[in-house]
Amino acid sequence: MSPAILLFLALGLGLAGWLAARARAWTFRRDSANGRIASLPNYHAWYVALWIILPVLAFVALWSVIAPGLVGQSVLASPAAADLPDFGFQRQTILNEARAVATGAAPAVFNPQAAALVEPYREALSHYNLIGIAVTALIAFLGGTYAFLRLKPDFAARTKVERIVMAILLAASLVAILTTIGILASLVFETARFFGMVSPIDFLFGTHWGPDPMANPDNPDPTRYGAVPLFWGTLFIGAIIAMIVAIPLGLMSAIYLTQYANPTLRKWIKPTLEILAGVPTVVYGYFAALTIAPAIRDIALSLGASNPSTESALAAGLVMGVMIIPFVSSMADDSITAVPQAMRDGSLAMGATTSETIRRVLVPAALPGIVAGIMLAISRAIGETMIVVMAASTAANLSANPLDRMTTVTVQIVKMLTGEGSFDHPATLSAFALGFVLFMVTLGLNFIALSVVKRYREAYE
Amino acid sequence: MTVVHDNLEKTEAKMSAKGVSVFYGDKKAIDDVSIDIPTEYVTAFIGPSGCGKSTFLRTLNRMNDTIPTARVEGEIDLDGQDIYRSGMDVVQLRARVGMVFQKPNPFPKSIYDNIAYGPKIHGLAEGKDELDAIVEKSLKRAGLWEEVKDRLQDSGTALSGGQQQRLCIARAIAVDPEVILMDEPCSALDPIATAKIEELIAELSGRFAIVIVTHSMQQAARVSQRTAFFHLGKMVEYGRTSDIFTNPHEQRTQDYITGRYG
Repeated sequence: MSPAILLFLALGLGLAGWLAARARAWTFRRDSANGRIASLPNYHAWYVALWIILPVLAFVALWSVIAPGLVGQSVLASPAAADLPDFGFQRQTILNEARAVATGAAPAVFNPQAAALVEPYREALSHYNLIGIAVTALIAFLGGTYAFLRLKPDFAARTKVERIVMAILLAASLVAILTTIGILASLVFETARFFGMVSPIDFLFGTHWGPDPMANPDNPDPTRYGAVPLFWGTLFIGAIIAMIVAIPLGLMSAIYLTQYANPTLRKWIKPTLEILAGVPTVVYGYFAALTIAPAIRDIALSLGASNPSTESALAAGLVMGVMIIPFVSSMADDSITAVPQAMRDGSLAMGATTSETIRRVLVPAALPGIVAGIMLAISRAIGETMIVVMAASTAANLSANPLDRMTTVTVQIVKMLTGEGSFDHPATLSAFALGFVLFMVTLGLNFIALSVVKRYREAYE
Repeated sequence: MTVVHDNLEKTEAKMSAKGVSVFYGDKKAIDDVSIDIPTEYVTAFIGPSGCGKSTFLRTLNRMNDTIPTARVEGEIDLDGQDIYRSGMDVVQLRARVGMVFQKPNPFPKSIYDNIAYGPKIHGLAEGKDELDAIVEKSLKRAGLWEEVKDRLQDSGTALSGGQQQRLCIARAIAVDPEVILMDEPCSALDPIATAKIEELIAELSGRFAIVIVTHSMQQAARVSQRTAFFHLGKMVEYGRTSDIFTNPHEQRTQDYITGRYG
């Protein structure tokens, strides 16, 4: 018995309540002196329907969490479970097998001990399914009756429904926040395990990166876990090279589009630019690896560099910069457009030219939005993986030469998690520590971006 | 339609419009307006909403250029030279013909930088001392110096509405223009701030040719010596303010100032 059936039951009962309440509200309206009631019949209907559906949803969510536990307990209490092996892996396997057969997910049992448990499982399941349906129906009935009895000609169903809608929207926005907290919590746990094996100081300040997933996990070599080359690679590719490309180009295209382009041209260029943001990063990776990186190598050769690599931080950074242009440009565009026309008029009326107006009035006034766009672009760039894998290699390298191979935090996370090490090996766990650092950095950048926007938002007006 | 100019004593026109029409796309917003604007007086443009008085004001420093569909026909002279001739430098024109807008629009910069904006753009000051002097002089002329002298580095947008508008006037006079155009400068202000602006206009008149667009006939009567009445894109009557308000030639002017419509 899946929660889906309970959900359908809830919706059906909700619909019944909806229809009943609407019919009731129509009778109010017919009976009232002037044909008017405080709220439209539809609001009465929704009020009752929501009172049925929401409590049921809450119950279904709760039930789908606790029901498997209850079923398991009653199976264990059955006489057939007495000769199960004691706690451990084997016991769980047998239970799972019995459960799979009982629910119809598996055709037959493999383990003879499980065969005896199938029947108790089936019984427990149907027992608790019945309880589930009964409680669902009871809750729906209670909620519906309570709501239905409150209906009166002067009942303010409209305001009540409005308030419920608001609560639903609030819950929706909380989901994102709670998810963030959940992500952080899971990262923190694994990161703490990693830092139990390798000290944070070696990790944050060491300059050699080369975890060996095959080494003895109990005694990791801390000198192989220095993440500085990764931080540097991330910063160099994502925040320096990419931004040298993206900030000027993005800003200039935004200025052109908002201040100089005629409306027809703008109508074409802006969506085209935004298509760039929708290109999958793997495709950018091809472009970087097949076109840009060899071109850079050839140029470096012709300039006399000795033995340049076909993979370089420069290639990855340049392509990443192009990828980021729409982010910078679109945010800058929005915030320049949001500067009141009065500012522009005021400056032009002083005898300033268009470019003076842009430089001295519009860009300073739009700066919060522009800065926020750049911050978001940076956090997007340092979280980027595919382009780096394809164009800048996976070799950690602490170097200021943009023609060298380099790697970034995200690339190493992928490499460590998909490596040969067991899950609780420090090399694998290091991925969580890297992810944690990355998360904190992007969180910090977003936080700075938001506070910059907030602080200077009301600069004009 | 007769435009009455003949009751005016001969004055030298600072700006003079000859047969000016303005179009927005196909729509004619201003129809064949001719007017002389003298240096020594304040000229008021009055008329009901949508009569074209603001549009006409904006043609005087070519602010309509910023509207892509706007087109101007006819001739507007500044000191005898057509400002719509080809090769006219709009930047120079706007330095000579400044503008104050309906809603105060200080830049989101400090009070000092707001005033220093024009002088910097036009290179009017050599060095910090000279710039300081211009800022102080402009603020004094706009009657704002005493109120802001201790907080020149505060944001211009932190001032009250009336102070902001005087800041905008100070900003306009900082580049030492010859004409100042004011587009309903008091419509967003309370009566006390309005009185201060009107006082300021009286002080500035004579030094600058001032043209003010206003909705308020009382304001026109208080601050101006010349009044032009606009209606449906045409200039109906132009003359001494006292004549327009006490003894208008045109029935429509009479109707408007006595409150029959508008």
